[in-house]
Amino acid sequence: MDNSIFNSVEISQYIYLSCVLFAIGLFGVLYRRNAIVLLMCIELMLNAVNLLFAAFSSYMGDNNGQLFVFFIMVVAAAEAAVGLAILVMMYRNTRSTDVSLMDNLKG
Amino acid sequence: MNSSQILVGVLSFISILGAMYVVLSKNPVHSVLALILTFFSISAHYVVLNAQFLSVVNLIVYAGAIMVLFLFVLMLLNLNKDSEPQKPKMASIAAAIAAGLLLVVMVAAIKDSADRIYHNTVEDVGLVKSLGKLLFTKYLVPFELSGILFLAAMVGAVLLGKRDKQNEEEMTNTVTETGGTDNG
Repeated sequence: MDNSIFNSVEISQYIYLSCVLFAIGLFGVLYRRNAIVLLMCIELMLNAVNLLFAAFSSYMGDNNGQLFVFFIMVVAAAEAAVGLAILVMMYRNTRSTDVSLMDNLKG
Repeated sequence: MNSSQILVGVLSFISILGAMYVVLSKNPVHSVLALILTFFSISAHYVVLNAQFLSVVNLIVYAGAIMVLFLFVLMLLNLNKDSEPQKPKMASIAAAIAAGLLLVVMVAAIKDSADRIYHNTVEDVGLVKSLGKLLFTKYLVPFELSGILFLAAMVGAVLLGKRDKQNEEEMTNTVTETGGTDNG
């Protein structure tokens, strides 16, 4: 096994990268109004978490973390399918994917 | 600065650039393509981290299946144009401040764990053989449960996507431009 990457690259670099990706995803969720871009930003945040899991798992030589990533991917796929179905239904009712139009429960 | 540091740096740069473009691009199709680029660079990160199985699964599931689903919905709803209304300046500033604060909090919370990891020298971390062995022994019950979760998500997506009969009749009585019928 080529071990050079674990010796030359600090894990803190992956921590910073994951945090930045997660923050960009959160910024998108707060900033954008298009529901499909919102779903994409959620996928981005899930991927940031996956990257951190994989980094820690590889640095510590522990397989459990990578299986956790596998299960997160399963949940993300199910979430994307249901979310896109909701989006299609919303588009059918309002002719738009703008989430600021979905304020019927405001009273 | 050796070659692997440069490699990781370039990959991180591509990931962050793609993620920024996902958020800032006005056209949703460009967002999807930038997100695919980001997923590819994250897969490359997995290869660098010696997690081959995760890399391939990430490519197949995310860049292959989920992103094709997103593109398909975009094309189906004919959203591939810049149709988003302008947001007030305050909203973008508030969102940037909130995301920046969360970034600071997360870095402060996780940063110290870098000193606390210990390195095991196990030979076969991240290979299909060892991961599969673990998946079908220790994680057998969660594996089966995720199958049930998929079934439920599939049924839910089909039910949500189906037109109910009452709406269908109203729609065909009033408008015919929806393209719900195949002859149109």
